[in-house]
Amino acid sequence: MTHPIIDDVVGRFDDVAHEMSHGQDVAHVPRESWLAFATAARDAGFEVCVDVTAVDWLRARPERYQVVAGLLSMEHRTRLRMITTLDREDPVVDSLVPLYPGTNYAEREVYDMFGIVFEGHPDLTRILMPDDWEGFPLRKDFGVGGVPVQFKESHQVS
Amino acid sequence: MGDEKITEEVDIWVAGTEEPQFSPTDEGSQEIARDESDYRLREQRGSVVDDDYELDDGFGEDDERMILNMGPQHPSTHGVLRLQIELEGEVIRRTKPIIGYLHTGMEKTAEQLTFGQGPTNVTRMDYLAPFHNELAYSLAVERLLGIEVPPRAAVIRVLMTELNRVSSHLVALATNGMDIGALSIMTYGFREREFILDFFEKTTGLRMNHNYIRPGGVAADLAPGWKDDVGHLLTYLPPKIDDYDDMLRHNPIWESRTRGVGVVTAEEAIAYGITGPALRATGVDWDLRKAFPYSGIENYEFDVPTGTHGDTYDRYRVRIEEIHQSLRIVEQALELMPKGDFRVDDRKVTPPPRARIDESMEALIHHFKLFTEGFKVSAGETYVAVESPRGELGCYLVSDGEAKPYRMHVRAPSFNNLQALPIAMADSLMADTIATIASMDPVMGDVDR
Amino acid sequence: MAATPPGNLMMTTVDRAARWARTRSMFPATFGLACCAIEMMASGAAHWDLARFGMEVFRASPRQADLMIVAGRVSQKMAPVLRQVYDQMPDPKWVISMGACASSGGMFNNYALVQGVDQVVPVDIYVPGCPPGPQSLMHGILTLHDKIMSGEIDN
Repeated sequence: MTHPIIDDVVGRFDDVAHEMSHGQDVAHVPRESWLAFATAARDAGFEVCVDVTAVDWLRARPERYQVVAGLLSMEHRTRLRMITTLDREDPVVDSLVPLYPGTNYAEREVYDMFGIVFEGHPDLTRILMPDDWEGFPLRKDFGVGGVPVQFKESHQVS
Repeated sequence: MGDEKITEEVDIWVAGTEEPQFSPTDEGSQEIARDESDYRLREQRGSVVDDDYELDDGFGEDDERMILNMGPQHPSTHGVLRLQIELEGEVIRRTKPIIGYLHTGMEKTAEQLTFGQGPTNVTRMDYLAPFHNELAYSLAVERLLGIEVPPRAAVIRVLMTELNRVSSHLVALATNGMDIGALSIMTYGFREREFILDFFEKTTGLRMNHNYIRPGGVAADLAPGWKDDVGHLLTYLPPKIDDYDDMLRHNPIWESRTRGVGVVTAEEAIAYGITGPALRATGVDWDLRKAFPYSGIENYEFDVPTGTHGDTYDRYRVRIEEIHQSLRIVEQALELMPKGDFRVDDRKVTPPPRARIDESMEALIHHFKLFTEGFKVSAGETYVAVESPRGELGCYLVSDGEAKPYRMHVRAPSFNNLQALPIAMADSLMADTIATIASMDPVMGDVDR
Repeated sequence: MAATPPGNLMMTTVDRAARWARTRSMFPATFGLACCAIEMMASGAAHWDLARFGMEVFRASPRQADLMIVAGRVSQKMAPVLRQVYDQMPDPKWVISMGACASSGGMFNNYALVQGVDQVVPVDIYVPGCPPGPQSLMHGILTLHDKIMSGEIDN
């Protein structure tokens, strides 16, 4: 099921692990090879970077953050997902903007919501929250921020 | 920036009115201020442009460049989009869209809601195509659960999403026309949409933001008499769409306002990750319904319209043709509709029919557990994308074995399509801006989530 | 009427005439934010015509509007803008909070939204719904008209 170009790109890096997740190709790329792997993928035929997002594992995993980038090849009709892990002290990763200009806003959103810094991004500022907002909302240690509502506790089961 | 205030506040109110309950802030009342030392105020009013607006070195005193702030409250920006435009006379040199004025924290809310409640949250993102949001989310959950919906549910989903595509394109056409000045299109577009919304209300209970497509199938079966309703839509709509062609297609004013305006080339579109009608108008034949089919859409015959120049006129033509193709799919769905269940039979995922609750204790317990605790989804992550009227709408879902998603991220098509605005608007006139934004059809709920 | 009318009879009539004029030609300011904005546009369109109440003309400039229909969810970034537009409207002005998100934060009880637009501007009428259909919005508008005519709200 895996397209040959994916095997080809993954084969060029010996620190990249490839797995299938519910029928989709996922490449686990270490942080140092992030930009190099993306460049190789783009040259192999992945013209579009669909999205860049992140997951905060807080204490469930040793490495706190995962940055996920989705790639799409229109020519070969296949998708590839790149996942890298970042630790809690130093969440920095290379920016994909020089390769795929369309990831500009997505990386700003990840910075805004998680505090992950993208090196090489032309304008890494807050995009969704006000400029003077403190905190990174989608981190697991940032509360939901709701107001107390009458009777809300009555139907909370978990 | 002195500390002493040299401002002179003059509170101007209409004489004779009583004291307002809420005292006015500094921001709106007539304030004769010599020194706008409040930085936030200046930023709010747009007289200071922060961030990366470095003026070029050759910027002298007699340069005619002006920075204009458009929005967020503006009739033509399709919601709360703010643009900072650097103008030289009437020509736009640079643009910076500023978004975030509708940020609702939906991804954070999704972590508090169960998988069954997820569609209520997701459906309000792209509020003009709510079925598509629900479909992307439900497909992602079903993929993690490893279940397949029954054939009738798949066909119902196709029927509803294609009708939704028609209603969304009608709104796009209506607002596109209204922004350019063809005011009558606004009333006609919304009139046609009302008939489609009537059908939605009959089936799902709501005109918009229906919580209908859920993991496991759909919430309820189609209402009795639906064949007549859909048949009526299929006979009523095509002549009206042809009426719009009579009004706009060869209209010299429309053509001169839209041809060659807001051009995006195919290379730029692919580099910026633009999908949907904006991409197809540049000539790239890419539609997720053909490339990665979902929900049985490969069984239907339909074409994917493309344009050539990537300008506003081509985007408008692509949308009109897509309406015709969607009606074609609806006609096939009408004939193909199989009998059967409208949701998967697995009682751990979908609630039992209401009548069974009176009879069986198990049904009661299942119902209770499903609506309080929700069903647990095995750990994993997946990404599913559907073709919404704006482009690729994807849902990246991470579960850790609990009844609520660990992380849900929606890849919004309008978020990426907005990145094309600065390139589409460069070196164009101010009036063309409005036409370009309208033809890109951003929905700010999608952009800001 | 042979007897001289008492001194304050004229004042009452002018007052009622003023209220009548205000309700019959209330211009809404465009403040459509999210899904409720689409329903607001639909209620201004042909099927659910708002023009029969004199309100079809949605003024883009707040200086020319009397009624602000806050249609949709108000985020933290948008709240100062909302207040600024409200302040720029001349008196007499009214505010309708349309939809659940504007009235109370709706289903989004989180960090990003102002939980109810009445934290920012004074609200006269709350219209519930998610989104409220054009019928509900019109009911809200007509209730506002009645309240102004009866003198209950006297901005």
